[in-house]
Amino acid sequence: MALFDAVLELADDHLVLGHRLSEWCGHAPMLEEDLALPNMALDLIGTARGLYTYAGALEGAGRDEDDLAYLRGERAYRNLLLCERPNEDFAHTILRQFYFAAFMVPYWSAAARSEDETVRGIAGKAGKEMAYHVRHCGEWVVRLGDGTEESARRMKDAVEALHIYVGEMFEEAASAGIAALPSRAGMRGEWEATVDHVFGLAGLSRPVVPHPQTGGRAGVHGEALGHMLAEMQSVHRAHPGATW
Amino acid sequence: MYSQGLIGADGRSEETQAFLDAFQKRIDAEEKIEPNDPMPEGYRRTLVRQIGQHAHSEIVGMLPEGNWITRAPSLRRKAALLAKVQDEGGHGLYLYSAAETLGVSRKQMTEELLDGRAKYSSIFNYPTLSWADIGTIGWLVDGAAIMNQIPLCRCSYGPYARAMIRVCKEESFHQRQGYEIVMTLAQGTTDQKAMAQDSLNRWWWPSIMMFGPHDADSQHSDQSMAWKIKRFTNDELRQKFIDATVPQAEYLGLTIPDPDLKWNEEKNGYDHGPIDWDEFWRVVKGHGPMAKDRVKARKKAWDDGAWVRDAALAHAEKRRARKMAAE
Repeated sequence: MALFDAVLELADDHLVLGHRLSEWCGHAPMLEEDLALPNMALDLIGTARGLYTYAGALEGAGRDEDDLAYLRGERAYRNLLLCERPNEDFAHTILRQFYFAAFMVPYWSAAARSEDETVRGIAGKAGKEMAYHVRHCGEWVVRLGDGTEESARRMKDAVEALHIYVGEMFEEAASAGIAALPSRAGMRGEWEATVDHVFGLAGLSRPVVPHPQTGGRAGVHGEALGHMLAEMQSVHRAHPGATW
Repeated sequence: MYSQGLIGADGRSEETQAFLDAFQKRIDAEEKIEPNDPMPEGYRRTLVRQIGQHAHSEIVGMLPEGNWITRAPSLRRKAALLAKVQDEGGHGLYLYSAAETLGVSRKQMTEELLDGRAKYSSIFNYPTLSWADIGTIGWLVDGAAIMNQIPLCRCSYGPYARAMIRVCKEESFHQRQGYEIVMTLAQGTTDQKAMAQDSLNRWWWPSIMMFGPHDADSQHSDQSMAWKIKRFTNDELRQKFIDATVPQAEYLGLTIPDPDLKWNEEKNGYDHGPIDWDEFWRVVKGHGPMAKDRVKARKKAWDDGAWVRDAALAHAEKRRARKMAAE
């Protein structure tokens, strides 16, 4: 069951973050981003589907991707707090995606050498996608950080607001001691190097966080996740057993 | 729906008769007109209006379907809907680009949409009230759009015709996907089947209206037909759509909400009941149920995004200045 829990954590990260990005569809600051944000959302949801399906197989209780996504409440969700943070503005959304992708690139790169064939398969595809997310979002962090007075202020606000959730990404949680998955703590060096490079170009700095927030892996979330899941699961739960 | 772009079009031109005759000769020879070719002002204006409205329709059309992305009932449907709505945004992007070849900017067209000068297909001013509407929009609304758009692949204006080839391929996929959603519901639980029927009841007549007024009442068709911007009349396209769709509804076991609908052996097509033209004109003139909300949502996205666009320009300018200083 330990690998099941670790795969489920990863799946929840991707679905919740993908759902958040999908909320932008049709409302982005420019048409190009109305295409790019759903594109990244599709990558995340696609990865989540692969992970949920694998989690269901590992569990062996007959639960499929939709059972796992639609029939668990917020206390059962195991995603990082970072992933569930509301979109706020474009700066928050881009920074959240950049932070997450900057973690997932080295993570998937290590997972691509896993002893587990399914993990290797998912990692191979997702790693390429995440490298694009780092590039796209990193470019925006620079544009916004360097752009106008207002964009620089918004970018700094986003860093202040989201940096308190960064530490949770490096917690081993359910992946502790699982040979098939990389050590999460081991990603810190590469994550910091990626962020520092982009922040250097953007005129931003990594803040010191005296009181980091954590709890997502134990199902102790912020208040926003419950609303997100209520909306996401409403149709599915209103028609128990229906096929879509 | 895109024939609506011709409602109120100003096709007047001030060119000499010799110029107009020479242009018409090219059109009649099925030559494509390209951006730098001489063209009558009325032709250019008509196309800017039609392509612009088509682009706006794609962009505003993201909203009613986007309304269900966060509630799609399975992960497969969620991904497919997201991809579909993204396709519509892509269509908007290359249609704006096609219009730009006629000397109008995307920014200008967007401002005209937001201040109400430019229109978009009024079908998108109806609300999406259930998951079934996502299927019905694909099946009927995209289905009706395809009837209009396939002939546009042969439109006399090259950039528009070429853009439409890709648009049509994607729309045809959307139409099949929509039909498959409705089929799944029609074969599902009692509640799902009722949801599908309710959706068909609400979307049938607005879909039929997408082809525009009857030919006898359509003022601008003649010039557009002569210029081969439009190749079939509203009624011809509407008839094709109805004839193709009725058997599809029968296969699903759903009832089309028109008691007068019946097969006419003589014309080898279906006769349909009277269209509520009061509703049509009310919605076309901007009084559809969601009209205010749609424009408000687009305006909000544009206004909220202003600081992002400003930042991108400011950064590009700073980079350019830094590069110049370094050289």
